[in-house]
Amino acid sequence: MMIAVLASSMSMLGSTLLPISGPMAAVNWHSVLFLLFAAVACACAVAVVLADNVVRMAFYLVLSLASTAGLFFLAGAEFVGAMQLMIYVGGTLVLLVFGVMLTAQAPFVAIKTSSSDRVLAGMVGAALLAVLLQAAFRVEPWRRPAVAAEAAPAATPIGMALLGVRVDEPAAGVPAAAVRSGYLLPFEIVSIHLLVVLVGAAYLARAKRRRTPRAIDVAASSVGPVVEARQAARSSASALVSGGGR
Amino acid sequence: MNHLAAVLPSVATPLFAGLLSSPVGVAHYLVVGAILFTAGVVCMALKRNALGVLMGIELVLNGANVNFVAFSSPYLRGEGAASLGLDGQVIALFVILLAAAEAAVALAITLNFYNNHATVDIDRAEDLKG
Repeated sequence: MMIAVLASSMSMLGSTLLPISGPMAAVNWHSVLFLLFAAVACACAVAVVLADNVVRMAFYLVLSLASTAGLFFLAGAEFVGAMQLMIYVGGTLVLLVFGVMLTAQAPFVAIKTSSSDRVLAGMVGAALLAVLLQAAFRVEPWRRPAVAAEAAPAATPIGMALLGVRVDEPAAGVPAAAVRSGYLLPFEIVSIHLLVVLVGAAYLARAKRRRTPRAIDVAASSVGPVVEARQAARSSASALVSGGGR
Repeated sequence: MNHLAAVLPSVATPLFAGLLSSPVGVAHYLVVGAILFTAGVVCMALKRNALGVLMGIELVLNGANVNFVAFSSPYLRGEGAASLGLDGQVIALFVILLAAAEAAVALAITLNFYNNHATVDIDRAEDLKG
């Protein structure tokens, strides 16, 4: 719905501003926006790999994830795109940037990798990319142009599915009698998981009290007579107990 | 804009005419997901900064998310292709949530390591092996 409105408004904009010649009238603005977001996402992902400075890596990662949110909007998953912007870009990346700032001492901002490692990783990455691209283009229906579809906004069905009730239409290609389960149990598991992670992260990253041996020595020496008297009393008591045991 | 309208077809027609005028399909999204995934794997393998490894993990999860959303999309499906429907979007949401949790714990471990060893170079974390 939103994509159709966006595409029609953009084509109207084009027809009013531009003198429509033959090739420009046939431009599919959905594809143009897809190419824009995909180019930014892929270029910034490669830039994350190539950059040495960790602060610039974080910046490129923000751009890549935001462009991916744009791709989600173009695919009709508005709610997932909004969550990507809010949780990933707004939450996780801010957390990472705080980590960068907390550890950004001078020798750790740019840690170089050796060039032989770079070459090896480039070869492995190229091989993996070749395999994945071959798999992406192999299946025939994936390559066909999309058919026109009218889809409802997805936020309400997602919320009902998380509560265990499916209100959406069964997808094409799925038999109607197939059991479609809701997501109440995974939702609860993720909730408990987030609670445990919150407690665990707060426990791991807490500020520890410094107890140096020097301070302990000072404390022990200042209360020395008391400790000695206490040890004498304890030894006499243990002797009394062991003697009573016999 | 007139200049752009005059220049763009002559330059980009041989290369991009098919891409610009035909609708995108699932395969286009799969290419983007493959590039993000590969960049993440290489980033995880190559970076010596612990935070760089975390960024590689985020890229890998993001590439998987692109694939899930593409398979669940009603706009990209070709004739006769099956679709994940709403399931793909819900799984993508779970992946986003688990990535946030993973980043929180991994960052806490990294800060703890930094407090104890005064470095974030994972090549110098040799006493962490069991």
